[in-house]
Amino acid sequence: MELQTYIEYLKNYDGPEVTFMEVCGSHTAAIAKSGIARVISPKIHLVSGPGCPVCVSPSGYVDRLIALAKEPETTVCTFGDLLRIPGTEYSLNEAKGQGASVEMVYSPMDVIALAKEHPDHTYVFGAVGFETTVPVYTVLLDEMLREHITNIRLLTALKVMPPVIGWLCDNGAHIDGFIAPGHVSVITGSKHFEALSRQYGIPFAVTGFSPKELVLGIYGLLRMWEQKEELRQQGDSLTKNFYPSVVTTEGNTIAQAKVEQYFEPGPAVWRGMGEIADSGLYLRPEYAAYDAGSRGLDEDHKINKACRCDQVLMGKISSYDCPLFGKVCTPLSPQGACMVSSEGSCYQRYLNR
Amino acid sequence: MIITMAHGSGGAATSELIDEIFAKAFDNDVLNEMEDSAVVPGSGRIAVTTDSFVVTPLEYPGGNIGRLAVCGTVNDLLMRGATPKYLTCGYIIQEGTDSELLKRVATAMAETAAEAGVKIVAGDTKVIEGNGGIMINTAGVGFVPDGVDISATKIAPGDVILVSGNLGDHHATILGSRMNITNSIESDNAPLNEMVMALLDNGIDVHCLRDVTRGGLATVLKELSDSSKVTITLEEESLPLNPAVRDFCGLLGLDPLYMGNEGKMIAAVPKDQAEAALALIRKAKYGEAAVLVGEVTEGVDGHGDLLVRTAIGGIRQLDVLQGEGLPRIC
Repeated sequence: MELQTYIEYLKNYDGPEVTFMEVCGSHTAAIAKSGIARVISPKIHLVSGPGCPVCVSPSGYVDRLIALAKEPETTVCTFGDLLRIPGTEYSLNEAKGQGASVEMVYSPMDVIALAKEHPDHTYVFGAVGFETTVPVYTVLLDEMLREHITNIRLLTALKVMPPVIGWLCDNGAHIDGFIAPGHVSVITGSKHFEALSRQYGIPFAVTGFSPKELVLGIYGLLRMWEQKEELRQQGDSLTKNFYPSVVTTEGNTIAQAKVEQYFEPGPAVWRGMGEIADSGLYLRPEYAAYDAGSRGLDEDHKINKACRCDQVLMGKISSYDCPLFGKVCTPLSPQGACMVSSEGSCYQRYLNR
Repeated sequence: MIITMAHGSGGAATSELIDEIFAKAFDNDVLNEMEDSAVVPGSGRIAVTTDSFVVTPLEYPGGNIGRLAVCGTVNDLLMRGATPKYLTCGYIIQEGTDSELLKRVATAMAETAAEAGVKIVAGDTKVIEGNGGIMINTAGVGFVPDGVDISATKIAPGDVILVSGNLGDHHATILGSRMNITNSIESDNAPLNEMVMALLDNGIDVHCLRDVTRGGLATVLKELSDSSKVTITLEEESLPLNPAVRDFCGLLGLDPLYMGNEGKMIAAVPKDQAEAALALIRKAKYGEAAVLVGEVTEGVDGHGDLLVRTAIGGIRQLDVLQGEGLPRIC
C-alpha cells in the first residue's frame, strides 16, 4: 500500500476513540515535528509517556550530582539536557553558576581523556538513560578497566522500559496501544514487549522515527487494536515490528551480554511516579568501586505544587491541561521535568503548538 | 613565537606583535597612519554595527575566526542594504597563543575583508591570562543608498521567502570539529555582498533581508514574523540541506531549522519578483543553492506566526530557539 493510503485510513478513522502512547523521547520529538497529530482523525489520541530518561530522574538524583560537583577535586560530567533539570533547590546549571564543577560532554568517552589528563581529580559521570544508552556506559567501563583508570565514577539513573509500561497499565492509565521505542528495541529486540502485550492484551508497534515510519507504526497499531480479538483467538502476537531495517526479534545480543556483565536490576524511583520494582539498573557489587552512590536516591520533590508532570507522564492528561503549561512553565524556566529536555512531552508541545 | 603577557604591555613586545602580524596583514593607507583614531571619508545614511566572535575551535573546516569576524559584521551591514566600507577590529588574545595561528587568523581576516570590499581602518590588541584562545570584536560602517529601505518590519502578505542556500552548515561544522567527527561538511562562512548588491542593483523590491545565524532559520523567521506581524508558512520539503548535514543532524537528534549559518540569508520579496530574485541570487557568489521556501500571509490577531507544512501534510508551529543550542559557534 502507498503511504497516502495509510494516511487516508488514519484520517478517516471513525471508530471508538483510541489513545496510543509513545514511550520514547525521540518519538515524542519526531511526532511533534511531523505534524501527524493534525493529519489523523481526532478520534485517535497520541499521548507521551515516560520516555525521556532525563525527565524521569528524581530530584534526589540531581541533588546528589550537585553535592558531588561541590566536593573538592571533583567534577561532574554529563550530557547537556541533564544540566537543566531542576533538583530540590537548584539545577546543575545553576549550581555551576555558583562554583560547582560541572562539565558538559558530548560522549562518555570524553571523560576518559579528562581523567587521564588529571589523574588526581575525580570525574563523576551522570549516567542517565534507558536500554539504548546503557551499552555506551559498558564501553566506558570496558575502557576504564583496560586502561586501569581509577578516577572515574558513575552516578547512575539507568532505567528499563517494561516495568514502567506494566506499572502504567496497572495504575489506571487508559492506553489502547503503545508505540514501542525504536531505539530501545534495536538493543533489546522486539521480544522485549511480547510478554507485556500478552499480559495486558494491548498491541505494541515497534517503529522508526521518520514521518513515513510513524504513519506506518500508528496505522499498524490501529489495525492491531481493531483486530485484537481475532488476533488473540488465533494465538497471534500483539507485538509487531514495523522497523525491521534495524530492529530484530532478538536484538543486539552482544550489547545485552555487556549490560548483563556490569549491571543488575533493582528498584528505581521515577519522577512523579514513585518507586517501580526492577525498573532500574545498577552496577553489580563487583564494580561498586566505580559507583558514586547511585542506590537509594529516592527523594522526589515537586518544585511547584501545581505541576502535573506525573499525570502527563502517565498519559492521563495532556500538557495543555496543566495550569502551569506555557505560563510559568516554559523551556526557559521549567517547573517540571517534562519541560526540561528537548525530548520532554511538554517541551515538544510548547515548541510545536 | 608564543604570545605572553608582555605582548599586551603596550611596550616593545606589543609593537612587535602589531608590526609583525596585524600591520602586515591589514596594510592600508588609513591604518598605516597609526593614529589614535581613523579619519575616513563618507557621508549620507550610515549603517553601523558591531559583533564579537568567541568561536571554538578557532580554525575549522572552511574557515577560521578571522574570516568569521569579517563575514559576521559585513553581512549585518548588508542586511540593511548598506554597502560595507570600513571595519575596526579588537583582538583579545590569551597568553600561550601561537603567533603562527594568529598570523593565519589575521591573513584570513585580510583576505575576507578584501573579498568583501571593506578596509580595516582601526584596531586594538589586548593580551589576557589564559590558554591560547583568541576573541575578536569587529565593528563595521557602511553607507545606505538613497531609496533603500530594508527592515525587519517590512515583510508583507503576498511576499515570498527565499533562502540563499543550505541550512546549518556552519553549526554542523563547529559541532563536528568539537566532537572530533570527520566528515565532508565545511563552514559556509562568507560575505554576501554579491547577492545583496545584485538584488538592489536590479530593481528587486527587497522588503527584508536577514542573515541566518545563531538560532537558525526558524528563530530568524519567527522573530521576523513577530516584527512584521505576519504569518510565514514554510514547505518542509523545499528546505535546502546538504545531505551530509541532514544525516549528521539525524544522528545527533538536531533540527537543522535551529542550526546556524554564517553565509546564508533570507530575502523577503514580492511574489511576482520571486523568479527574478532567485535567478539573481543563484548567479551570485555563494548563492547557487538558493530556493523559495515559503510564503507570507496576513498575521492572525496582530501577531506573527511561523508554520511549517510537513512532508505528510501536517502543520508544525515553530517558536524561536529555546535555551542554548550550542554555545560558542560564532
